[in-house]
Amino acid sequence: MKVLITEYLRINLDTEKWECRRCGHVHGDARDNYKRGLLVYDRDPREIHKPLLDTKMYSRTYSPDPTWCRILEYYCSSCGTLVEAEYLPPGHPPLYDIELDIDALKLQWKDREEVVEEVRGPDLAAEKVKHGRALHAQAHGHDHGHHGHKH
Amino acid sequence: MHDKISAEDQALLDKFLADNKMFLGPDPEIMRNHGVAPRSEAEEAILSKGFDAHRAHHIRGLVNAALSESFQMVNQMGAAPGAKWGDLVTAIYTANGNLAMIAPHGIITFAACAFYPIRFIIKNWMEDPTVGVKDGDGFIHNDARYGGVHNTDQSMMMPLYYKGELICWLSSTIHEGENGACEPGGLPAAAESKYDEGIKMSPFKVVENFQLKRDLVTFLQNSVRDPKLQLEDMKVKLHAVMRLRERIVAILDQFGREALIGTMRMHLEDTEVEVRRRIRELPDGTTRVLQFMDSSLRENIMQKISVAVTVKGDRMIMDFRGTAPQFLNRSVNTNLASFKAALATGLLQNIWPDLPHTMAVLSPIEVITDRNSIVDAEGEMPQAMSLMPLFKACVAWTIPMAKFNYSLPKKYSAIIASQYDQAATFIYGGLTQHGDVTGNFCGDINGMGQGARSHADGEHSVSPVFGFMADSGEHEINEEDTPIIRLGAQRLAKDRIGFGKYRGGMGYEQIATARGSGLWGFMTGCEGSKFPSAQGLFGGYSCPSYQLMKIKGINIFEELKKDPKIVEVFDIVKLMNERPIKGGKYSSNDMGMTFELCSDGEIYMICQGSGGGYGDVLERDPALVMKDVREDLLSPDLAREIYQVVFDDKTLVVDEEATVQLRAEARRQRLARGKPFDQFCKEWVTPEPPAHLPYLGSWDNPKEIYATTPMGQRVKMPADQIQGVFMPNPKDIAIMQLEGEVESLKAQLAACQGDASRRGNA
Ligand SMILES: [Zn+2]
Repeated sequence: MKVLITEYLRINLDTEKWECRRCGHVHGDARDNYKRGLLVYDRDPREIHKPLLDTKMYSRTYSPDPTWCRILEYYCSSCGTLVEAEYLPPGHPPLYDIELDIDALKLQWKDREEVVEEVRGPDLAAEKVKHGRALHAQAHGHDHGHHGHKH
Repeated sequence: MHDKISAEDQALLDKFLADNKMFLGPDPEIMRNHGVAPRSEAEEAILSKGFDAHRAHHIRGLVNAALSESFQMVNQMGAAPGAKWGDLVTAIYTANGNLAMIAPHGIITFAACAFYPIRFIIKNWMEDPTVGVKDGDGFIHNDARYGGVHNTDQSMMMPLYYKGELICWLSSTIHEGENGACEPGGLPAAAESKYDEGIKMSPFKVVENFQLKRDLVTFLQNSVRDPKLQLEDMKVKLHAVMRLRERIVAILDQFGREALIGTMRMHLEDTEVEVRRRIRELPDGTTRVLQFMDSSLRENIMQKISVAVTVKGDRMIMDFRGTAPQFLNRSVNTNLASFKAALATGLLQNIWPDLPHTMAVLSPIEVITDRNSIVDAEGEMPQAMSLMPLFKACVAWTIPMAKFNYSLPKKYSAIIASQYDQAATFIYGGLTQHGDVTGNFCGDINGMGQGARSHADGEHSVSPVFGFMADSGEHEINEEDTPIIRLGAQRLAKDRIGFGKYRGGMGYEQIATARGSGLWGFMTGCEGSKFPSAQGLFGGYSCPSYQLMKIKGINIFEELKKDPKIVEVFDIVKLMNERPIKGGKYSSNDMGMTFELCSDGEIYMICQGSGGGYGDVLERDPALVMKDVREDLLSPDLAREIYQVVFDDKTLVVDEEATVQLRAEARRQRLARGKPFDQFCKEWVTPEPPAHLPYLGSWDNPKEIYATTPMGQRVKMPADQIQGVFMPNPKDIAIMQLEGEVESLKAQLAACQGDASRRGNA
């Protein structure tokens, strides 16, 4: 039995291991931090959020300040998939972000059927907004369904 | 001295202290408890007999309709800009002050904290012979220390007596804006203590026999910059609550008191049961996220919010320990009650939107904080810009809950990255072209980009982070009422995107100027100019940093008169890089700006932001990449560099095979540059925050809190003994730096003069 934990990670309950959902690579012990099985790279944020203003004229250019912010990119060591992008101040310890009780997880899935692809939930947040807009338009006697943003 | 006193003496002492309390300030007993109070005797008597669920369902429908009607009244008649956009709520509470239901489209946050002042009224005014509570009374309140989001919001609260019995409370709340603070518009980032925040209404009686008391209304009008607005909206809120009262009385006439009391209580208890059931479905364990706020809106200073969500059976604990200390003289603090209200909002907005909008949603969830941290601030500190941590609370759930929710065989709503979470709108104030004094903010706050979903891109400029309503305001109406003129359309901010397999919904550009006022100004209150704010999910990137751009020292109207084509298109990036208006002072600044005067025709430019991205950029469907390029949302260069797509520049046709190869190569490069985690940590992790970084909050150990000022002084304190941080005036720092420069230049000059005179003597 395998349990999907994120877009790229699953836990194999039989072996108690973290696995890559893209290539099946075993990252490590499910009772441990999955990050320990991944490769990490300290990315200068300006390489992703590139300066949009001329850096010769301005110091603030829509890029994050690399002395305040770094992006830790975590890759599957087998297929190179980007599993997490963690934004941290330089030198800050990476976060232990998923720490599950594996025994409880086993109990919980004892009576559940295995799920191999994400089961999507309804898009309720977006639906609520659309409903709210329609109501607002009705109340104010004009159409606000479309914002009319031009680009 | 006696070490111990008897229980009897203690009781006497307690009573004495209670009777002789000098000041009925915010009451921790009320303000620190977000739980639904236990059943009252009446509720117990009704529910213990067994209450028919069908009957409750029917009554609930009627109450909802009544709430909707009163909501629409305020929405249509309210004078405040916020009322017009839907930044308001109407609500009904049980007799003992539990929020039972809110108008289906109302702003959740308001109601999730308006029960605090009602509890205050019940505890303090009900039995007080000088105040009392009776039919026809109405109470007003705006100070968030007694409950509420922030002091721009004003509530009207009314008890409903039926046949002599207090059955429930009704309320109406609007984001009014102006409140007489040290800066116009009600959100003073410049506030350095609570006394700079403007009028501070603790809950008091302002209505008797269903009529506003004119003397008190006058006092309130006299305390704010917009006396007309103050009066008009007090009337609107009173009438809405009275209409709501009529409807509820009609329900009572038809179905009796037991039906309403039973329905409200059952609604609360059913919701609690459902929340616990949903918690039980989640895996047991802890998921965590860190949020970083990079500004106090006066200076750049890094504040950490540490979030750990623990699930154990049907218990859920939100642990914020390790978070930054509060500021003593900066307004970006929040008290705990407001913070919890924002947590409730975020839970309903992002995780379980189908749950009833009542306080019972958060009631079963335990919240742990460090006292005197920025999310649990106390004392004299200002909190006028509490929106900063409150917006973080709204999105605090998204990342950790996605990690709990992803596995579930049945989900209640889509997996979603963080929405943009900054108040990216112009706050304004001054004299209008009609000679009126005013202060408020623009509806663009309601256009924050949605986070990407696990199955689709986020929606552009979808809604505010604190509600489902979505009107970003009528700029034409705004231009009739205020000197603000919008230059150009609300263009989506090209290339400013939370990248991912699915990208975040984008925000739009706002370019504003003023005309025809003798005295006008703007302020902006956003973080995220150095450290991005909306977080991506599962490998998705965050939004970029955003800046405030200005073109000062020009008058765009005169320039346009001279040359109507001087600006080809009002596009922030083009304007800033090409500088078409000669003689202007172009600058790119932090998104936090205290109130500043804007002369006629000077230009201020900001963006609403993008939501975070979802998943690995290399997995983005090239067809979606090219769609963004065709729609001019994404530059071809970024399509290549970020998404690694190969395509023809002219036809925009993708070379599928070459793209596959390029992406495979990009993955190989990742493998080549990545380091094993343990080795990486050895090289990367430092024992404490870098010396150059003004940093507040824990580092590796949540029990140790660092406080570093922009001057570089650093202290470390135990998390359970946090002291607030006092910030130096940024101008004093600038003066000190300039004085230092002057001294060193003087020394250089003296040295030069010395050389010259020696040469002259020789
Ligand atoms: Zn893999």
